[in-house]
Amino acid sequence: MPKLQELQDLTVQVRRDILRMVHKVNSGHPGGSLGCTEFIVALYNEVMELKDGFDMDGKDEDLFFLSNGHISPVFYSVLARKGYFPVEELNTFRLIDSRLQGHPTTHEGLPGVRIASGSLGQGMSVALGAAQAKKLNKDSKLVYTLHGDGELQEGQNWEAIMYAAGKKVDNIISTIDYNGQQIDGATNDVLPMGDLKKKFEAFGWDVLDIKEGNDLEAVIKGMKEAKSRTGKGKPVCVLLHTVMGHGVDFMMYTHAWHGKAPNDEQLATALGQNPETLGDY
Amino acid sequence: MKKYIDQGKNDTRSGFGAGLTELGRTNPNVVALCADLVGSLKMEKFIEENPERFFQIGIAEANMMGIAAGLTIGGKIPFTGTFANFSTGRVYDQIRQSIAYSDKNVKICASHAGVTLGEDGATHQILEDLGLMKMLPGMTVINTCDYNQTKAATIAIAEHHGPVYLRFGRPKVANFTPVDQKFEIGKAVMLNEGTDVTIVATGHLVWEALIAAENLEKQGISAEVINIHTIKPLDGEAVLKSVKKTGCVVTAEEHNYLGGLGESISGFLATTHPTPQEFVATKDTFGESGTPEQLMDKYGLNNKAIVNAVVNVLKRK
Repeated sequence: MPKLQELQDLTVQVRRDILRMVHKVNSGHPGGSLGCTEFIVALYNEVMELKDGFDMDGKDEDLFFLSNGHISPVFYSVLARKGYFPVEELNTFRLIDSRLQGHPTTHEGLPGVRIASGSLGQGMSVALGAAQAKKLNKDSKLVYTLHGDGELQEGQNWEAIMYAAGKKVDNIISTIDYNGQQIDGATNDVLPMGDLKKKFEAFGWDVLDIKEGNDLEAVIKGMKEAKSRTGKGKPVCVLLHTVMGHGVDFMMYTHAWHGKAPNDEQLATALGQNPETLGDY
Repeated sequence: MKKYIDQGKNDTRSGFGAGLTELGRTNPNVVALCADLVGSLKMEKFIEENPERFFQIGIAEANMMGIAAGLTIGGKIPFTGTFANFSTGRVYDQIRQSIAYSDKNVKICASHAGVTLGEDGATHQILEDLGLMKMLPGMTVINTCDYNQTKAATIAIAEHHGPVYLRFGRPKVANFTPVDQKFEIGKAVMLNEGTDVTIVATGHLVWEALIAAENLEKQGISAEVINIHTIKPLDGEAVLKSVKKTGCVVTAEEHNYLGGLGESISGFLATTHPTPQEFVATKDTFGESGTPEQLMDKYGLNNKAIVNAVVNVLKRK
């Protein structure tokens, strides 16, 4: 994989972007963003088949829907560095008159975003609609989604999970960021969700685990495997085992950094652990 | 006064079904979704003719709204069908985030609105839906009065880009709109010109307003009757022109007075041309079981109630 080092460098740079974005406005969600960095980087640079430019309909290209919209920093950074909008615009994250709202939206016309998300639990339904539109349009490309594990506490997900299998929507790959953390603590303390793999399987999904969700190679390999399982009559679920806050030692293995920005000193430490690769915005 | 002929009682939901059927034949991008109420929404013909363009979602309205939003990505024009209660309050956040805020071209088609749903009672009789929907930025809100108008509106909203809430009902009511009348979103329909009072009505109350106007004429009161099928955007110009002539207004709707058409009119007139107004609407209450006629009578939503409101508002001119 000749691109691997390039993507490793991008991953580090995206982590820097995330940290600098949330630090600047002293708000935002670094924990989940850092945990999903390898996934979003891999998705946009190695897994999805994308056209140049952006149009809302996204015909004849893969689509991605971020359901857990609070991890917008990682989404924005990867989109910008993929060329959807200028990297400098990351400077406007959460500021007034910005296209980079706290949670992603189509309302401000930011290229790369196809649905507003933030109020949790809605993304899978939307993705199912887009997947079914693709089938109607005889478009063989795929639809990808990402959800928080805690997000699955929202009931609408289970309506969507039931529907996807019942209606054989087999051109969708839904990934669960399985970090075991949510705002108030560990998911097992807040509301235990039991065996997610068995739950998805019981609903009729084809489920696979990516055990090393913060290992770029493992993520790419796992997502390619997931891709190979589409088109076989079942929706595909990926349980992506990640560590919230990955890449910054003091942010890892805790829910404390779910929605908290680092101060100046913490930022310096965090950036020190992620030295500049492709150039800061 | 101008005479309107009932071409034969029919339900507005059948007008929706007929409009959807026509769209199925004329617009290949139109798709339909339903949450287990195909018969109630009169969607059978569309489904029979376009099985591949119909999505049976099951009893999962939140999922339905999300799927509808997603179908627009790829160029489809989704029409969702369920009762008004389950089309709005039950799925408010899904509509708010995935449809309205996301600027998605979804047509939310809502039957069995108001007390005329009848015997099922208050759990199913939403009287707050117009308010819920009109408060959403960018949402077009339509409440049609009869079969012909509902059919025409269903066809018209497919041509309008943006989210629309189309509200109609269950019972068979007078069908008096000319079959060839073009439906113009946001344009009020002048039904009868008058000089003493303006009656602005929407939905099932429009026919009642015409009966009221006839009865008022016998008492020597000349009532102007306007059918406001589009609650939002409101045709303020038509209302303003009329009240400047008559000097008072009665609004009539099968909805709570809070959040409904009357509130929109009073808000508009307060800033343009303050005018005495009476509200024919439910008074911040839930409905109950009963026949549509009994309920319309008990909750003051018929021609008698409109006549009384006119008498009251005339005293305040």
